[in-house]
Amino acid sequence: MLLEIKGLSVYYGVIQALKGIDFSVDRGEIVALIGANGAGKTTTLHTISGMIEPKAGEINFEGKDISKVPGHLRVNMGIAQVPEGRRVFADMTVEENLKMGAYTRRDKAELNDTMSMIFDRFPRLKERRNQISGTLSGGEQQMLAMGRALMSKPSILLLDEPSMGLSPIMVNEVFDIIRSVHEDGTTVLLVEQNAKKALNIADRAYVLETGSITTSGNASDLLEDDSIRKAYLGD
Amino acid sequence: MMSFLTSFVNGLSLGSIYAIIALGYTMVYGIAKMLNFAHGDFIMVGCYIIFIFSSNLGLNPVAAILIAIVLCTLLGITTERVAYRPLRNAASPLAVLITAIGVSYFLENLALLIFGADTKSFTSVVPWAGISLFGGSLQIQGITIVTILVSLLILIFLQLFVHKTREGQAMLAVSQDRGAAMLMGIDVNKTITLTFAIGSALAAVAGALLASAYPSLTPYTGAMPGIKAFVAAVLGGIGSIPGAMIGGLVLGIIEILSRTYISSQLADAIVFGILVVVLIVRPTGILGKNIQEKV
Repeated sequence: MLLEIKGLSVYYGVIQALKGIDFSVDRGEIVALIGANGAGKTTTLHTISGMIEPKAGEINFEGKDISKVPGHLRVNMGIAQVPEGRRVFADMTVEENLKMGAYTRRDKAELNDTMSMIFDRFPRLKERRNQISGTLSGGEQQMLAMGRALMSKPSILLLDEPSMGLSPIMVNEVFDIIRSVHEDGTTVLLVEQNAKKALNIADRAYVLETGSITTSGNASDLLEDDSIRKAYLGD
Repeated sequence: MMSFLTSFVNGLSLGSIYAIIALGYTMVYGIAKMLNFAHGDFIMVGCYIIFIFSSNLGLNPVAAILIAIVLCTLLGITTERVAYRPLRNAASPLAVLITAIGVSYFLENLALLIFGADTKSFTSVVPWAGISLFGGSLQIQGITIVTILVSLLILIFLQLFVHKTREGQAMLAVSQDRGAAMLMGIDVNKTITLTFAIGSALAAVAGALLASAYPSLTPYTGAMPGIKAFVAAVLGGIGSIPGAMIGGLVLGIIEILSRTYISSQLADAIVFGILVVVLIVRPTGILGKNIQEKV
């Protein structure tokens, strides 16, 4: 098991955002976490990447509980997050943003190899490598945020609402990229409101409702499940 | 004409001191997102340290300045660690602001307790008398020239540091988005500590130059220059390093010219009047950016 979450509880002040959730992601999987606004999806990702400290529970990554490890040290362990709303460094160029993604890596030559791989995957970023990131379109910023996360060569990529605010064509493009990143050997944990897209790409999925996991299973089974269809797929 | 030139050069020199102080304000604001209102008092602490080691103990002024830089750096790091960091995620940003004012009063009163309220006469750290131009009609003091050169060197050093080093890039990232910076593997706490260290070291340098140009030292020596440097940082565009430099120079020149040609009593009123006008006309300052967010 690459990532195993056990009894994870998170509070914002007195409000409990995660009520002791358990789930796991195996190496090589795409796992989707779906649910409504405010269900705790983003909180879950933030806790895994170390932006938020849990009150209780374990985050086992490659067999080791990392819940007490400071967030900035988790990047080097192989965890990279593409945050909701992209959060690219708006005043930096595309290339500077990508370099920030490799902040923990010291080997220059290897770093340049990774950057050319990213540019192969995202030709548009290559075209715009000297452009200030704040002037990119939403879709381009999403690609930059994904490229930036991949610069650390993560073993697991945490994606938070990658389709948010994008045109349908761009959404398809982003999901194609997720698929190809996964085919190249990166494990993916995907948080999405677009449940249909998420279930189509994922191997397994968990449904989060107000801080608890209510349903889990193979993505293809959940796509057929009546209650899921009603609640999340708009049928 | 010569009196104008003399005033201008003096303004440039005072402005350079404001600029060095404003750099500390602006870096801490840009990266830690807080106004360290105790920053001016770090200058006063630096002045007293130099005074003790240089005037009292007879140490070489350069050595005394180096000691002051080290001790002020430690003071800055300790203040951040003890007083500001625990409040960094407080519900209201006012909590840390009020704490900074508290630190300011604490340092002033500590100095009052140790050194008393009487004015100490500070010996200039620059023994060089200066140069005389145009057959003696334009006299420029050594400290004036040294001050201008030191501030330029500091500006160049900071620009190179921020844009060319890993730590500098981390500072830029933290200033733009602290959370995203952490996701890149940047130690945000360490970056903020480093920023306070640099700002406080600059305060010690500013103290040496300020007390050499205006050699009377009291526990409140740093308060007014600190506030004016804050005005300079806002004038230049708070958060911007070149902005702090420009803001400081503009403010110093205006202050000295007002003192010479309008009224020395009104000079401060004019300086703060400028702040009001700038905030109305261009709230982001001379080099400040409009904050626009793409959703």
